[in-house]
Amino acid sequence: MGERLLLRGNEVIAEAAIRAGCQCYFAYPITPQAELLEHMALNMPRLGRTFIQAESEIAAISMVYGAAGAGVRTMTSSSSPGISLKQEGISYLAGASLPCVIVNIVRGGPGLGNIAPSQCDYFQATKGGGHGDYHLIVLGPSTVPEAGELTMLAFELADQYRIPVMILADGLLGQMMEPVELPDPIDPASLPAKDWATTGAKGRAPNIILSFEMDPDDLKQMNLDLQSKYRTITENEIRYEEYETEDADIVIAAHGTIGRICKSVVRMARAEGIKVGLFRPITLWPYPYEPLKRLSQQVHTVLTVEMSAGQMWEDVRLAVAERAATPFFGETGGIVPTPRSILNEVKKHVR
Amino acid sequence: MPRGTVVFDTERCKGCGLCIAACPKKVLAFSGQLNKSGYNVAYMANPDDCIGCTFCAMTCPDIVIEVYREKVPS
Amino acid sequence: MSANLENMVKVFERPQSLTDARFTYCPGCHHGIITRIIGNVMDELGIVERTVGIAPVGCSVFSYLWYKADSQQVPHGRACAVATGIKRARPELIVFSYQGDGDFASIGTAESIHAANRGENITVIFVNNQIYGMTGGEMAPTTLVDQKTTTTPEGRDPRVAGYPIRFSEMIATLDAPAYVTRQALFDTKHIMETTKAVKKAFQYQVEGKGYSLVEILSTCPTNWRMSPVQSNTHVAETVTKVFPLGDLVDRG
Repeated sequence: MGERLLLRGNEVIAEAAIRAGCQCYFAYPITPQAELLEHMALNMPRLGRTFIQAESEIAAISMVYGAAGAGVRTMTSSSSPGISLKQEGISYLAGASLPCVIVNIVRGGPGLGNIAPSQCDYFQATKGGGHGDYHLIVLGPSTVPEAGELTMLAFELADQYRIPVMILADGLLGQMMEPVELPDPIDPASLPAKDWATTGAKGRAPNIILSFEMDPDDLKQMNLDLQSKYRTITENEIRYEEYETEDADIVIAAHGTIGRICKSVVRMARAEGIKVGLFRPITLWPYPYEPLKRLSQQVHTVLTVEMSAGQMWEDVRLAVAERAATPFFGETGGIVPTPRSILNEVKKHVR
Repeated sequence: MPRGTVVFDTERCKGCGLCIAACPKKVLAFSGQLNKSGYNVAYMANPDDCIGCTFCAMTCPDIVIEVYREKVPS
Repeated sequence: MSANLENMVKVFERPQSLTDARFTYCPGCHHGIITRIIGNVMDELGIVERTVGIAPVGCSVFSYLWYKADSQQVPHGRACAVATGIKRARPELIVFSYQGDGDFASIGTAESIHAANRGENITVIFVNNQIYGMTGGEMAPTTLVDQKTTTTPEGRDPRVAGYPIRFSEMIATLDAPAYVTRQALFDTKHIMETTKAVKKAFQYQVEGKGYSLVEILSTCPTNWRMSPVQSNTHVAETVTKVFPLGDLVDRG
């Protein structure tokens, strides 16, 4: 397969984007995703591709809009405050059905917060941080290798469904190094042409990139089209991981970095005779409600663990309803809960 | 000076009067006729004085006017 | 009427690069003249098939309907950044960003300055009518001192709302831009000069000479509460005093 490299999460995401044929990358500096920017700054020009450090995150997402509308694979990355600045642009990208990849290396919030890891942008990513009825596909990697794989996948899904796709990682994942095997690069020229893009109206009617319909019936139709796309994606693209859930009495629901930490918790608990399993959503939108609902029928407790004040927790409760108890354990401020602290919480719910 | 003439696409006219003001020969005026949109459309009040200079067409914000000029026998 | 056209030759008609769509602008609004000029320039340079227009937010939000070219309608103020993205993605395309004064010189200030500072090989048409037209006549960054608008009902008071911003002069201080000029349309002489300027701007882009900005002093009869003819006089006699005409940069 590809080369084996020792890379930081930020660098893996950048390298994966390059190998996925990303032709234009626009971003603004912000910790903890600076290395992603630097990797692109170094490597994109070498491949004759576009790297721009934009004057702001707003400008960057607007450049993504232009490049995506012109039919090339394009990406931006930032961290929490920067992603907030991009929300209007993201709503336009969704409204105009433009494929692109947006990476959020989440950090402590709200406000300036800090540069430590967090998961406190879950609502913004999955419920829509911008205006209007829209969704992004949101992918939540839990390891550095998975961050690379999901970035490649993000470009595929974006083009397939003409939708912005977000990689929701966190500062820990961004900064951590792990050995990674990356696939061979895709040549952008080999990617299928996009006949809807603004490539120059030669021998065809003009293509218009638009998210605007003055007539309410037309705007309604635009929304109905988007909603049917979202249903198709929900039917076909849900991804999640179950770990040791077959005989579990308690299941931990956790995503991203916390999903990974909770595998250690599962092993530690089982070493003490406590049958615990892990349910780890990979697509944070579309959320895997059905599999979690099924799982909640065989356990008495689904414990949600997050680096936030409880956001994915709401989706867990939606899926589980009254079938099982749905307690929550979270850390904020950029604190990463230790396996021990999570295990202590699990023990409170043993019956 | 070769004679000229203009043709109005009257349904596009918005009665703004800029062509009337721009004409160096005072050829144009408001017709008092309303188009379907209710605008008082311009017209050639003194067609014989038109020299086909295109000033009216150039200044028209809605490209209502086409201009013709007499072929000068070579 | 058409009978006597036999021995006549047509010397002025609708540019080929424009569609048949009727403009949505108010009677006498200069947006329509600018659109025609752009159509003529596209015809002359033969570029409509590889041009991408940017439709901003404002009165010209519908401008994607006017040209037989691809277009992108973009968020308010972000046109220059979107144009950057398109041009970098496909350098062979001719990209022009058509923006009003609110879009270009207020909410889009950063994008406008930095696209110019990067010397993006794009053409910006900056329509300066010193007011927000689409939303009903509010103050713009270019609104004149003492000018009454719906948000400066007593007239723009510099002590609270600042002065009309001379954006082209700011852009002209940058090293990268190839061509920066301010033009007007209040009479046929100036319409012809504006046409030459717009052509030069697009020509520079075609030749890869870099960033070009054409600011065009325009009227807004509706929100100025003047007739179209009075509006032209207002530009000629008053607005040009605050926004002097002429080329500010020409490194072509």
